[in-house]
Amino acid sequence: MTERVDHRVRDDRSPLDPAVLAGAESFARSWATAVIGSSYVPMTRAEVAQHLQDLTELLVEALFASPFRTAPGYEIGSRLVDAHFTGTDTLGRTIQLLGDDLLAELGSAGDDRLQSRLAALQGALAAGYARALRERTLAEQEAIRAAVLDARDQAEAMLRASEARFRAMFTEAAIGIGIADIEGRILDVNQALQDMLGFSVEEMRQYNVRDLMHPEDAGSVWRLYDQLIAGECDHYRAEKRFHRADGEQVWTHLTLSLVRDDHGEPQYQVAMIEDVTDRHLLQNRLRYQALHDPLTGLPNRALFLERLGRVFNNRAKHVRAGLCYLDLDGFKVINDSLGHDIGDQLLVEVGRRLDHSVSGEGKLVARMGGDEFVILVEGSTGEQDIVDVADRVLTELEAPIRIAGHELSVSASIGIVERQLSGTTSADLMRDADITLYWAKADGKARWALYDPERNAREVARFTLSATMPRALERGEFYVEYQPLVRLEDSTVTGVEALVRWQHPEFGRLAPDRFIELAEETGLIVPLGRWVLRKACEEARRWLVEFGDAAPFVSVNLAVRQSRDPELVRDVKRILDECALPPHHLQLELTESAIMGTADEPLEALRALCDMGVRIAIDDFGTGYSNLAYLKHLPVHELKIAGSFMEGLRAETEEDPVDSQIVATLVQLAHALGLGVTAEGVETPAQSARLLRLGCDTGQGWFFARPGPPENIDSLLRGDL
Amino acid sequence: MMGGNGPNTNEVGRVERPNWAPGDIDLERPSVARVYDYYLGGAHNFAADRAVAQQTLEMMPDLRRIVLNHRAFLGRAVRYLLGRGVRQFLDLGSGIPTVGNVHEIAQSVDPAAKVVYVDLDPVAVAHSRSLLDGDERVNVLQADVRDPVSVLASPEVNDLLDLDEPIGVLMIALLHFVSDDENPAGIIGGYRDRLAPGSFLVVSHSGYEADEETPELREVRTVYEKAVTRTTLRNKAELTRLFDGFELVEPGVVRLPAWRPESPEHPDASGRPFPGFCAVGRKAQR
Repeated sequence: MTERVDHRVRDDRSPLDPAVLAGAESFARSWATAVIGSSYVPMTRAEVAQHLQDLTELLVEALFASPFRTAPGYEIGSRLVDAHFTGTDTLGRTIQLLGDDLLAELGSAGDDRLQSRLAALQGALAAGYARALRERTLAEQEAIRAAVLDARDQAEAMLRASEARFRAMFTEAAIGIGIADIEGRILDVNQALQDMLGFSVEEMRQYNVRDLMHPEDAGSVWRLYDQLIAGECDHYRAEKRFHRADGEQVWTHLTLSLVRDDHGEPQYQVAMIEDVTDRHLLQNRLRYQALHDPLTGLPNRALFLERLGRVFNNRAKHVRAGLCYLDLDGFKVINDSLGHDIGDQLLVEVGRRLDHSVSGEGKLVARMGGDEFVILVEGSTGEQDIVDVADRVLTELEAPIRIAGHELSVSASIGIVERQLSGTTSADLMRDADITLYWAKADGKARWALYDPERNAREVARFTLSATMPRALERGEFYVEYQPLVRLEDSTVTGVEALVRWQHPEFGRLAPDRFIELAEETGLIVPLGRWVLRKACEEARRWLVEFGDAAPFVSVNLAVRQSRDPELVRDVKRILDECALPPHHLQLELTESAIMGTADEPLEALRALCDMGVRIAIDDFGTGYSNLAYLKHLPVHELKIAGSFMEGLRAETEEDPVDSQIVATLVQLAHALGLGVTAEGVETPAQSARLLRLGCDTGQGWFFARPGPPENIDSLLRGDL
Repeated sequence: MMGGNGPNTNEVGRVERPNWAPGDIDLERPSVARVYDYYLGGAHNFAADRAVAQQTLEMMPDLRRIVLNHRAFLGRAVRYLLGRGVRQFLDLGSGIPTVGNVHEIAQSVDPAAKVVYVDLDPVAVAHSRSLLDGDERVNVLQADVRDPVSVLASPEVNDLLDLDEPIGVLMIALLHFVSDDENPAGIIGGYRDRLAPGSFLVVSHSGYEADEETPELREVRTVYEKAVTRTTLRNKAELTRLFDGFELVEPGVVRLPAWRPESPEHPDASGRPFPGFCAVGRKAQR
């Protein structure tokens, strides 16, 4: 505003007048005091004072200027704002102070003309101040709005950068990422997923997630999917296969996550898919290697057991299966004589022939290790199925195998088990097949054997007996019975045979044929025999004491192993001594084979016993192969003719002339050698009579008495019966 | 000025989204920096800012004078530091630049003086940048001053300031927006430990002694906290403790008008104790 006011200026006072200058300075000080604190100005007090001094001088100059102009007033208002005297109190106090004090300070109070000019300048100052403040306010408002826009731009730029980063992460990720809505419509897939599945993003968008179902998917994959879509779970992981566009398959690790909206409702699903095909194939290869025999390429023991386990897991009622457990006969000889390389090649060929002869659904040939193979037949209809398989295998192996110029004939033994699966286990099946294989070997090799539960039960019982025998001896489960040996001539009891029995807690009373052989196998026969000997000698001593000359001798069986025991002579002597039994009251019975087959040492033992005065008898004479020339030189006193020869003498009316002749000949032979003869198994009066007629010395058998407790012998000796 | 302090608690004490979140440019919500600008007579503000400012001014007309005193202390302290040879300044919570900014004062003494302004308020930072664009001796950093490690590691600080030379660290009307939970001593320590010996810490802080609280002060504070942000007032002893590791320069911790006034004959005129303390400390030589 540059309004000109037409006032004539009086020239008697100049702004340079010292009195005027002093007045202006004084006014400026008052002005500073009035306005300091009314606005924020970034100036020291001195600076403020100087600033206002300058403005006062400008004002005073304007007041006296000619021509008079209001523009300086306008400028002063503007400069106040520029110095940030923006508090409106500043303007009020300034205008007031100008009106009240200025003219007086200048010594011109009451000058109407100056009063009028001052009023004009006050108006201009106010106008200039208002104008400048308005400008400043508008400028600052604009600046702060611009700052807001800048800040928003900045924030948006950061957001865009952030979005770009996430977009880059999605696009460039090596892992496949796909996003679909909650209905399963595929919205976006990244490059990695496109590459993995061979579909472009446009093609993928045609699909629903459910279209990606693979027939091999585990049921849980889609069950979890339904739960996720329903918002029941927020993510899950799964192994999943996908079909590629080119028809191949991709194995993947899938992680599916649910994205919810602000209200927690399911909104999107995000799939992270990692291609693990290579790993999967490697695992398959490793698994194959772990489950196959590297030599023959056949399934190995682990795979066989796994398959067998699965057969048992899946069993329905009445489903049957069979096993052939096969072992080459004499493979060790081939391996040892021709070398492992030839042995290995032989196994390869055997494996090939087995595989060839046994093929088809539900059949598995596996190499169990060494030269053992096994054939599993699932869903067999009966034993014959497996027997057929075994026959085919044996036939297939008949043709000689040529390896490195050798023509090798191999045979195999096969154990066969076939049964219904319910009520049995894979372990049972394996064990029974193994046992049966052993039978096939024991039965002569190059054959199959069929599992027989009864045979097995027997063997199990045998095993049980042999295992429990040592404890049985300690627990006193054995006891001895005695059967009289009767002189046929006058029916006098001359001796008694000691017969061991076993009162088994489970099987009851057991005869020696059930356990003596086992005792021989295990070696327990030696302590058992020693125990029997001592028991019999103690009894004999008792009879000797009680019946004197009428007392019988005891006849104790000596097993082969006992007869070869180097301690035998010492044992016998010690027992006789301890029981105070004269040696001639003891007779030891040995079988033909025990005596005839003996080398020098046992024979010497027999001689020593004989020299001691102990009687020696040959048991079951006539059933073995006796060297009659040798017999003459043996330290023997008695022959016991086996009970089997008594059959023909049994009947009351007729007798078998052959048996009769044999017995007569044996009696003559014995007598010729100076030996006594005892006939075993005498069961009828006719037999007794005929034996007497044939010259036999002694009889033993049910006709006279059954084996029994020693008290029975006491009664006999007392003539109670 | 910081764009706020801690989670903004409003309504029934529910913790809202923190109001310093980047991108949170809500003109309906008063900002510490813009309300302060209004108190200083500036127009860098919006209706919501003015509403709070006017309301508090009506309740306590003296408020403008209080704010002017903080601003005046800033000027005196910066001049003092310039006199002690400091040519680098780190202005934490710098707010909206109006007039009488640190770089103007500093560069009027030595045109080579360097200043970094730090604030979290995106609008304040944007305004500072547009105003200072082209001045190579001034940088503006948008950062949370409560994170000394990030501030001191920023390129805005490191490209301009030499941390091996003394720096004047300014915390004008800042720490009453930092609660005890946020460990103001730890924050100060974070800066102090990184500063070269001979550096200065300048603090002005709202507060009063226990017996000085008036209903008026309490009421204004309640209105301000409800509309803008939480505050934590500290008395002289509390402020003194925050200068751990610094040697206080004369006159120590005092009320703002009493710190090296321009003229001894012009003490605070109100007659009441000024509700705020200030001090300048110097990091000792090792």
